[in-house]
Amino acid sequence: MTMTKQTYAPGTHPSLPPPKNTIGVTFWLKENLFSSATNSIVTLVSIYLLYLALPSAINWLFIDATYVGTTRKDCAPDGACLAFIGERFNLFVYGFYPAELRWRVNLATILLAVAGAAVLWDKIPARKHMLKFALAYPFIGAWLLSGGLGLEPVGTHLFGGLMLTLTIGVTGIVGSLPLGILLALGRQSNLPIIKYFCIGFIEFIRGVPLITLLFVASTMLSYFLPPGTTFDLLMRVLIMVTLFASAYMAEVIRGGLQALPKGQLEAAESLGLNYPQAMRFIILPQALKISIPGIVNTFIGLYKDSTLVIVIGLLDPLGIGRASVADSDWLGLSTEVYLFVAVFFFISCFGMARYSLYLENKLNTGHKR
Amino acid sequence: MSETQSNSTADLCIEIRNMDKWYGDFHVLKNINLEVRKGEKIVICGPSGSGKSTMIRCINRLEEHQKGDIIVDGTELTNDLKNIDAVRREVGMVFQHFNLFPHLTVLENCTLAPIWVRKVPKAEAEATAMEFLERVKIPEQANKYPGQLSGGQQQRVAIARSLCMRPNIMLFDEPTSALDPEMIKEVLDTMVSLAEEGITMLCVTHEMGFAKKVADRVIFMDEGEIIESNSPHEFFDNPQHDRTKLFLSQILDH
Repeated sequence: MTMTKQTYAPGTHPSLPPPKNTIGVTFWLKENLFSSATNSIVTLVSIYLLYLALPSAINWLFIDATYVGTTRKDCAPDGACLAFIGERFNLFVYGFYPAELRWRVNLATILLAVAGAAVLWDKIPARKHMLKFALAYPFIGAWLLSGGLGLEPVGTHLFGGLMLTLTIGVTGIVGSLPLGILLALGRQSNLPIIKYFCIGFIEFIRGVPLITLLFVASTMLSYFLPPGTTFDLLMRVLIMVTLFASAYMAEVIRGGLQALPKGQLEAAESLGLNYPQAMRFIILPQALKISIPGIVNTFIGLYKDSTLVIVIGLLDPLGIGRASVADSDWLGLSTEVYLFVAVFFFISCFGMARYSLYLENKLNTGHKR
Repeated sequence: MSETQSNSTADLCIEIRNMDKWYGDFHVLKNINLEVRKGEKIVICGPSGSGKSTMIRCINRLEEHQKGDIIVDGTELTNDLKNIDAVRREVGMVFQHFNLFPHLTVLENCTLAPIWVRKVPKAEAEATAMEFLERVKIPEQANKYPGQLSGGQQQRVAIARSLCMRPNIMLFDEPTSALDPEMIKEVLDTMVSLAEEGITMLCVTHEMGFAKKVADRVIFMDEGEIIESNSPHEFFDNPQHDRTKLFLSQILDH
């Protein structure tokens, strides 16, 4: 074998930048869009399809759209009737919440953002106090929204729109994670009562669609409770949605627990840590980190499942959209309505997905250099 | 170092009497009898599957025995959680695959148990941890994560982590089997210096050079039984049983 002539003596080779034609925009284009004959053809066909579809879509949605108006007749026939969204905006966001009390919804949302930042963002100043606030937030939020104790009460049947989706989604997410962790740990327990209760609960919940549980919540539950007790409908829905999501969450976390090497628990035990300590410091942090994709997946599913409340008479944005479409002033505008609802959901769900990636990167101490 | 077997139980730190263990139907440990005195260093060797790791894992209750008694530092090992926790506080263990906690820094790995089990204040726990990290010669790695260290460094951190609990007994389960030759030396040197301090050590290993240097007794196990137990000098130069002779003839001298 012939040795290629070395231009540097061993041990003196400097670190050089990569060759020019392997970096930069032209390189990216060549590598990703035009790397082979097939790829080039597919790229050109895609560009052509976009050329056909995109300009007319943008035209319809932004350029020819009517932004202001009071009835259908004000809208240009070729453009999106975004005026409709504007007219009905408050309905979409607040549902039937009394107009003069909407400041409470706004305040509750702002405080939700603050509590959310306290939990999700670890560089927030005064984190310890912010976390205490976040712990108290569910009660503050519930008080602001439904009233009582000094604030004028608002019936929960008036909740609707985005506000309803956020209430159901956030409550479900916040409730199902701790409950899911307890169920997953309980399923692994050595005590038969706890173990079989957890298995039974998880399998029963996973065996029925959410919609049937919502029906049970709205119609049948009163048969099981002592006569005369009325249990707020929204409260029943929140409980059902949380229980539903926690069963799925438990299985996701169980997967994460199983993925951990057995040696982690052994090392924790050999150091003298007891069960709660081993779970809190060693097992759960790692299991939850592994399960982040599954957990956020469950959250996103749960969030969108909140639209099912339409079957029991609560109106989320989709429900309001459908009701609005039937309004005689604004006939035939289903595209705009569903597009609006879709954009709302997309922003929320994509936000959750991005946060999940951020969290995974932050926790990836295995590859930190 | 040969000493007459003292009959007094006063300085016995581990007593295993007529211990048997089954995995389902498989009889993995058969009638184990072992007495370890304070400060004694025991090397356990034998072919794979002979039950060496299982036996030492019974000592800190990572495995349960079905028959017989195990008494560690005066506490009998039963299903009583209090006893188990008490024993585990005094017995440190180093594993073949290190088992460091990857989501914690090296320093946090070492201070976690002292803070939460022995209720030592954080500053003191950190000072102790730095002291032991210096003993194993890697104090500069204190704020790194285990994933950033080499195998030999990780194992030394594992040793330091166990030592931070100031145990009376250290168990080593094939500590160098997952390392390459250069790293084996690093870890063995650490273990030799540890041995010189008087801590009681039980070490399952294939490193016969280490055994000759440090051990007070070498134990040979095969198929769940203790076949032979002798001082290193006697063990290597004058093996009594055929099985021991066969084993010794097959292993390479390190």
